Amino acid sequence: MVAGALSKKPIIKLSDFVMSNTISTQLASNAATTKSAGRRGSMFSLASPAIGYLIVMTQVPLLFTLYYSLSNWNFLRPERTQFIGLSNYLDFVQDSDSLVIIRNTLTFATSVVILTLVFGMILALLLNRQFFGRGLARTLLITPFLIMPTVSAVMWKNMLFNSQFGLINSFVTSLGVPRVDWINQFPMASIVTIVTWEWTPFMMLILLAGLQSLAQEHLEAAQIDGANPLQTFYYVILPHLRRYVEIGVLLEVLFVLNIFGEIFVTTSGGPAMDTTTLTFNIYLEAFKRWNVGRASAYGVIAVIFANIITLFFLRIIRGNAQQEAA
Amino acid sequence: MTATGVQRKLVGHGLSVLTLLIAFVVFFPILWMVLTSFKTEADAYTDPPLLMFQPTLDNYRVALQESRYFDYLTNTIVITGFAALAAFILGIPAAYSLAYYPGKRSNFTMMWVMSTRMLPPVGVIVPLYIIFKNLSLFDTYSGLILLYTTMNVPLVIWMMRSFLADLPYEVIEAARIDGATLLQEFTRVILPLATPGLVATLLLCFIFTWNEFFVAFNLTITKAAPLSVFIVSFKTAEGLFWAKMSAAATITALPVVVAGWVAQRQLVRGLTAGAVK
Repeated sequence: MVAGALSKKPIIKLSDFVMSNTISTQLASNAATTKSAGRRGSMFSLASPAIGYLIVMTQVPLLFTLYYSLSNWNFLRPERTQFIGLSNYLDFVQDSDSLVIIRNTLTFATSVVILTLVFGMILALLLNRQFFGRGLARTLLITPFLIMPTVSAVMWKNMLFNSQFGLINSFVTSLGVPRVDWINQFPMASIVTIVTWEWTPFMMLILLAGLQSLAQEHLEAAQIDGANPLQTFYYVILPHLRRYVEIGVLLEVLFVLNIFGEIFVTTSGGPAMDTTTLTFNIYLEAFKRWNVGRASAYGVIAVIFANIITLFFLRIIRGNAQQEAA
Repeated sequence: MTATGVQRKLVGHGLSVLTLLIAFVVFFPILWMVLTSFKTEADAYTDPPLLMFQPTLDNYRVALQESRYFDYLTNTIVITGFAALAAFILGIPAAYSLAYYPGKRSNFTMMWVMSTRMLPPVGVIVPLYIIFKNLSLFDTYSGLILLYTTMNVPLVIWMMRSFLADLPYEVIEAARIDGATLLQEFTRVILPLATPGLVATLLLCFIFTWNEFFVAFNLTITKAAPLSVFIVSFKTAEGLFWAKMSAAATITALPVVVAGWVAQRQLVRGLTAGAVK
């Protein structure tokens, strides 16, 4: 009976821009052919300052990064600089440290993504109801995302995780559990906690937008068909949310991989290398070991990785466009 | 029937209370920080934590009177402001042409613009550091403004294109038929209509650049360093200056929190480059 609700294709109202794009394309082409044919050619020039600026500021440095990555340039020994081909990249593949770095990066990113997805989903479902105080709850819940990341990190490190007078230990000891030196004993978990607190609102907002775009009739149809809340969630809500989940996860991975301030403030990558992610390691290579060549090679790897994720994201957006055009 | 109705109502109320409770717990660390900012250092550093205390404004006075804090605040405001302004000047004409005159390459252009936004800063930080040192842009307003403009432009293009495409096209067309020039069409028709979108975009630019840390930390020392860099000096406060730290942190974080609350409804659109409204 639930299948009845399922067979109706959920109305996906994602990517407003694509839909309005198809409309505006038609309108604009009408306008262009009839009334302002002369304007069209000059219009691209309106975009060119912005495009040119972005090329100079992003693609040119990127080319430099590529170029440096083929050298062993070190600021401390500039006289020994020479072209070393792909050695920096081979180092990355062979170095035992990079295994640790990759493992840390994956642990960090996957933990944060899974936790924010679970919490974000629960909160989005809770907020997707009419009740007194809903606006207040929503406002309070998005605030961690707005707090400056370095403020969050300093606040969590000092006032929550502090082993002597931190709030968490005050709470824990009142339950009779001995004090824990959170950041030193559980460095990765501490950082994951902070970042999850910061990024759950992001996932929550995207999923909430998804829930609000779900046509009420689908939920009612499922209810009439006798589906219990769990079945409704699994067969009606979850399929509808799939694209929102994909967008949320991909964007969050992109942003979370760049996280630097929280690590710098709480653990500075330590103890030993326990919380050194790829991003943090590039910082260490560049500004602690002054190893320009190596930092650049790792930077290129980070860019390639980010581009792969971006491509997936763009494919989803394009998929939406086709679905809506159909 | 009525029994289940009552039951359902109770569950509903329970869920509402639960939601508010979770929201309060999630928000509590921030509330705690704000409370601490009104304590004396002695009250801030106690076990068990003090909930009742004699509030004082001393920490705010100290933070704002200390000239250094004021310099960082000025830096942040100047850099954030000019970066948004420059991004608007560059981005809005681009958004306009991409919204109303899409060509064959428009889609590719939009995608490429977004990919520049997704570029990890670590991928370009080394050359930027070297170039900035050589061009005397290191630790200057201009240097950070140039880079933050780069981060803002894709945001402006994507957001404003999405907002412009939502405007009633007939109104714009009518203005053209009446013989409006491009500039008139823009200033008299489009800008007034697009004001909500402009405000939302401005707030998002502001949120991202005000909070940015990685680039600022590596490309400034003191002269042009913004608040995000200053706050990190409390890294090892260890209870010595919790109250002062909290006051400085509260002032630092407050503008973006307010901006975010105001722009709540546009936040998702901006964060997902218009993919989710």
